[in-house]
Amino acid sequence: MSMVTFEHVVKKFGDNTILNDISLSIEKGEVVVVVGPSGSGKSTFLRCINALETIQEGDIRVGELSVRGTQAEVRELRREAGMVFQQFNLFPQLTALENVMFGPLESRGVSKQQARTEAIALLDKVGLAERMNHYPSELSGGQQQRVAIARSLAVRPLLMLFDEPTSALDPELRHEVLKVMKDLAEEGMTMVVVTHEMDFARKVGSRLLFIDDGKIAHDGKPAELLSSPPSQRLKDFLQHVV
Amino acid sequence: MDFDFSVVQDALPSLMAGTWVTIKITFWGLFGGVLLGAITGVIRAYIPSLFCAETIRRNPIAGILGPLLSLLAQLYVLVVRGTPIVVQVMFIYFALPLLMDVRVDGMSAAIATLIINSGAYIAEIVRGALQSVPKGLFEAGQSMGLSFHRILLKIIWPVAFRRMIPALGNQCIISLKDSSLFIVIGVAELTRQGQEIMAANFRAVEIWGAVAVIYLILNGLIALALKIMEHRMRNV
Repeated sequence: MSMVTFEHVVKKFGDNTILNDISLSIEKGEVVVVVGPSGSGKSTFLRCINALETIQEGDIRVGELSVRGTQAEVRELRREAGMVFQQFNLFPQLTALENVMFGPLESRGVSKQQARTEAIALLDKVGLAERMNHYPSELSGGQQQRVAIARSLAVRPLLMLFDEPTSALDPELRHEVLKVMKDLAEEGMTMVVVTHEMDFARKVGSRLLFIDDGKIAHDGKPAELLSSPPSQRLKDFLQHVV
Repeated sequence: MDFDFSVVQDALPSLMAGTWVTIKITFWGLFGGVLLGAITGVIRAYIPSLFCAETIRRNPIAGILGPLLSLLAQLYVLVVRGTPIVVQVMFIYFALPLLMDVRVDGMSAAIATLIINSGAYIAEIVRGALQSVPKGLFEAGQSMGLSFHRILLKIIWPVAFRRMIPALGNQCIISLKDSSLFIVIGVAELTRQGQEIMAANFRAVEIWGAVAVIYLILNGLIALALKIMEHRMRNV
C-alpha cells in the first residue's frame, strides 16, 4: 500500500483552481522534493495531504486514512503525517523540551516520564539537548526549526511534510536544518519537501515534482530533471532559482 | 478651612463597610464578566456569523446554531456598549421586576449589571487577543492531530491571555470605578457611604478625600497584581 495517494484531486479557492486533477502516489521511504514557481500551488499541495486545506474533488489518503473522513479519522491521519512549517510555529509559552513533549502528551497519551525521555533523545538527535530548557524566543531561527522538527518527530509520524523549512532562515543557518533533514532521509523516513534548495533536491531527494499552474508538470529523478530539464518552463524556473 | 483627621477617623467604619461592598460587587462582577466575556469572545473569534449552505448541508445543527450564537454575541456587545451603565442598572433594578415576576435586590442588580457590562467589553478584549495569535500556532496544533478545544485551551489561550493582560487590567479598573455609579439604586457601596456621611456632617473635603484615596489604593492593588502576573508570564 502506498504511503500517500492522490486521486483526481481538485483544490479551489473560490473560483480559482489551485490544484487541477492531480493523481499520484508516494511510496514508503521516498524523499519527494516539490518545486515550482511561487503561486503554483506547491504549498497547497503539501497542506492538502494533512487536511490543513480541504479539497473540493477527489481524495487523498495517507495509508488507509482519508482527508475526507470523519474528524477523528482526520486527526489520526494528521498524527501519521508530521508537519514542519516555514515560520517554525513553536509554542512560545513552552521551553524547547516542553514543545517536544507536547505532542506525545496531548495527542498520543504517552506518560510524562516516557515523553520526557523521548523528547530529550530527539533534541539530542537534532543537536539541541543542551538548550532544552530555553524558550523559543531565546533560540536562533535554525535552532527553532530544529526543535520544530523534533517536535513533529515526537508524535511518531509515518511521514514528514516540510513546507519551505529553510525559507525564513539566514543562509548560514540553513545548513544546520538541511543536515537534520538529510539524516532523517538516510534513516529511511518518508518525506515530502517543498523547497527552493536545489542542492538538497539533487543530493537528498529521490524524486522531484515540478508543479506548474496547478498540475504536476514533471515527475522524475532529481538528477535527470535538474541536469537536463525536459521543458523550457523548467529550464526558465531553474535559471531563476539558482 | 482646616483638614480635620478625626472626621475621617469617625467615618472610617462606615467607609470600610462601603469599601467591602465595593470589593464584593467588583470581584463577583468581574469574575462573572471574565467568564461571560471569554465565552462570547471565543464565539466571536471562531464562529462566522454567516449562514453557509455547504456547512449546513454537512452538519445542520452546527451550521445553524453556530451563526445564530455568533449573531447573538454580536447583538449583546452592541446593546451593552451602546447604552450607559447607569441605564443598564436602572433597567435591571426597576424595569425588570415590572416586565417579569422577579424581585431583584440592590446587591444582585449591581453584580448582575457589572457582569453583563464588563462581559461585553472583555468579549472584545478576548476576541482581539485570540485573533492576534499567529494562525500558524493553530495549524501546528492541528498538524499534531489535536481537536479544536484542545488547541484552544492548551496552545492559543495561554498565548492570548498574556496579550490580554494590559487591556484586562484596564477593564478591571474601569469596572471598579463604575461600581460607584450603583449609587443610583442605593447599594451601600463606597461612594454611597461617602455621600451619606457627607449629608450628615458636611465635611466634603475630608470625606471625598478619604473616598478618593480608598479607590486609589484599590486600583493600585489591581495594577500591582497585573504587573506581577505580566512579569511571571514574560516568556510567553
